[in-house]
Amino acid sequence: MTATPIDTGFKGSAARNAAARARLLRGLLPALSLALVLMAIAWLNPRAISYFGFNLMLNLAIPIALATIAQMFVIAGNELDLSIGTFVGFVGCVTATWLKDAPLVGIAILLGSIGVYALLGALIHLRNLPSIVVTLGMSFVWQGLAILVLPKPGGKAPDWLLTIMSLKPPFIPFPIIAALLIGLVVHFGLMRTSYGAILRGSGGNPAALRRAGWSLLKTKVVLFALTGLFGVLSGMALIGITTSADANIGNGYTLLAIAGVILGGGEFVGGRVSPIGAVLGALTLALAASPLLTFMHIPPDWQVAANGAILIIVLAARVLISRKER
Amino acid sequence: MPQAIADIIRLDGAEKHFGAVRALGGVDFHVGPGECVGLVGHNGAGKSTLMHMVSGTLVPDSGTIGVHGNAEANYSVSRAQQLGIRCVFQELSLCPNLSVAENTRINHASLTGFGWRRKAAELITAKLDEIFPDHGISAWDIVGDLSIGRRQMVEVARAFTVTQDRLDLVILDEPTSSLDAHTSGQLLAFVRRFVGSGKSCILISHVLGEVLRNADRVVVMRDGKVVAADAASAFDRDRLVTAMGGAEGHHRSEAETAKAEAGPLRVRARPARQEDGKELMARAGEIIGLAGLAGHGQTDLLLAIFAAASRARTGMEVTAPVALVAGDRQSDGIFPQWSIAQNIGIRSLARLRNGLLISPQREAALAGFWQKKIGIRTPDMNHNIFSLSGGNQQKALFARALGSDAEIVLMDDPMRGVDIGTKLEVYDLVREEARKGRTFLWYTTETEELDNCDHVYVFKNGRIVANLGRDELTEEKIIQSSFGDAA
Repeated sequence: MTATPIDTGFKGSAARNAAARARLLRGLLPALSLALVLMAIAWLNPRAISYFGFNLMLNLAIPIALATIAQMFVIAGNELDLSIGTFVGFVGCVTATWLKDAPLVGIAILLGSIGVYALLGALIHLRNLPSIVVTLGMSFVWQGLAILVLPKPGGKAPDWLLTIMSLKPPFIPFPIIAALLIGLVVHFGLMRTSYGAILRGSGGNPAALRRAGWSLLKTKVVLFALTGLFGVLSGMALIGITTSADANIGNGYTLLAIAGVILGGGEFVGGRVSPIGAVLGALTLALAASPLLTFMHIPPDWQVAANGAILIIVLAARVLISRKER
Repeated sequence: MPQAIADIIRLDGAEKHFGAVRALGGVDFHVGPGECVGLVGHNGAGKSTLMHMVSGTLVPDSGTIGVHGNAEANYSVSRAQQLGIRCVFQELSLCPNLSVAENTRINHASLTGFGWRRKAAELITAKLDEIFPDHGISAWDIVGDLSIGRRQMVEVARAFTVTQDRLDLVILDEPTSSLDAHTSGQLLAFVRRFVGSGKSCILISHVLGEVLRNADRVVVMRDGKVVAADAASAFDRDRLVTAMGGAEGHHRSEAETAKAEAGPLRVRARPARQEDGKELMARAGEIIGLAGLAGHGQTDLLLAIFAAASRARTGMEVTAPVALVAGDRQSDGIFPQWSIAQNIGIRSLARLRNGLLISPQREAALAGFWQKKIGIRTPDMNHNIFSLSGGNQQKALFARALGSDAEIVLMDDPMRGVDIGTKLEVYDLVREEARKGRTFLWYTTETEELDNCDHVYVFKNGRIVANLGRDELTEEKIIQSSFGDAA
């Protein structure tokens, strides 16, 4: 990398190779950090690395991965969703009450909430509002609605959801299969389809997109609607695991989801996101959140702080690599 | 040839105002099939505004647009696309986070469905091969990883790709600004082939030789109007420069008496991209102008000098404290929540201190002194800075710099959008302060302001290309050097 370029053509390609290498490194970072956390767990408690162990440890990884993907869509459009946590909680409450007792009403409510997300996208675009402000406001709305739906913890997940979430496929634990599936489906949709390129382009250079005749209103609405959709999936998956709901059940997901996206190689602005990275980031966070710390015999009182420390370390490593890229 | 009836585009009496500023004042412009029209003019002459209208991104306040002989009432970008008019904008309009193929897809709504990535890749690769043989760009490269020159190659090639819409006219706005001589030559040769096949081009360039050699017809704009339009063969460099700059003599501000002996050296700086030995030198008591087209490295040099004042840099020598008067006062100059007095005092906090705290009395005294001296029109210096008009805000920024201990004052085109009365007051103040021994480095885009300078460095592509003394300073000379063809 330090070789002195001889002529400009060579310099161009050398610089490009260096950039490609740095990008590869950054792309591998989510996988590396996951491997690191797994190795630490294996070293601390070898028995955890088993079918049963993974099922247990990654139990909550699916809803976190879905919430992370949801957050990734808004971040792809240079926005941020601070309401995803309480939204997941709201969806959870609806799932544990209406969706079980009156499925049609429940489905209508959930579809309607996706529509609300789409409208938020339109509002943010048309009025040129900061998404942080709008979604922060919405987080209180979702929280309030969740308490209205389910004033006290309780309710029960629909049976079909419980069945899905407690699947025990042979050899490979269900959470791993689910995570793979989520990552691949979203990767195809966002990174491979022709409209996915437009969606990412809207984060990369919106002015260029508008000049080429694309509607930025539409891209924003689509991105927010996708966030709503994956938020709904996350809330349902969460209730499928916990079996009953609580209005505050998803509150921690907002920051987990943002951290997951960034850990997975995404950037806050510029439309640079990676679905597979985001899923890996979510898995890393889910593992680092409690299994690792429990195995390290860190008392529960300190786990939240330790979790933050792990986040800072991993994100700092990312910044170092990005800086090298420049 | 019946060109007049089948013009690809024709604008009649196009006018455009941005607030009180007239960007275009009744322009007639047309492009026929199979011709390359060169468009030249100084910064702010209205070229970009005109091209935004041709490509549909701006709608004229009055006047008509006709395409292929039909009047277009609701002309827009997508309409222009359908009618075969494309534009390569000066600022790059690629998405840096996408690959070359994906960026091609953005301009072609029809590239969709199964296998679109392969189709897009083949499309752009074929066009790149055609225009820039041995370009060394892969369709899967992420645009952000490419050098600026390669990005421009992609952008140009993309404009010439065709899927379902027709293609008749491509606007090239400074297409060679980031290309080296070799690739520029490839591009211009391709433009000639393109025009030869019956299509049309509009070529905007600050390299006059490029325009004269490649355009069939040249249109010269000045102050939002077309001032000359003729066959390219009827122009030569000098005629173009005269048409662009205006031949009216301008009045020198009253000649100042010869400068006293050259003072001690204050600044010696070489721009980062300077390859020959030219350097900027400024002595005590001098007003040095930085001229040339906007964005050709003047601001960069000022910022480098500013940085060199606090930390030594190679190729820079700065021997006295420095203050900077920002050009973009809203983003770089003003503290919006603060009072006028606080805004003035921020550069002089060390002197305003009383123990650990800022002394309000000293701050008020400093502000009061400069309010009188520079004439900031406000009832109370403790009002918020935004209570002032734009010109008075700029005065406050001058007061911040002049009220400080700085012996070197860097001015980054500070008089943008300031009324003439304020300007004249500030000019007087600058000259007065220079007589007292302060050094001014003054980047300006307004040629008249250079009359206040002792000598002027002209910049092009981040380099100093000329050093004009006070007596050899004319607008024509400056234009001549800033449009110089020397690579």
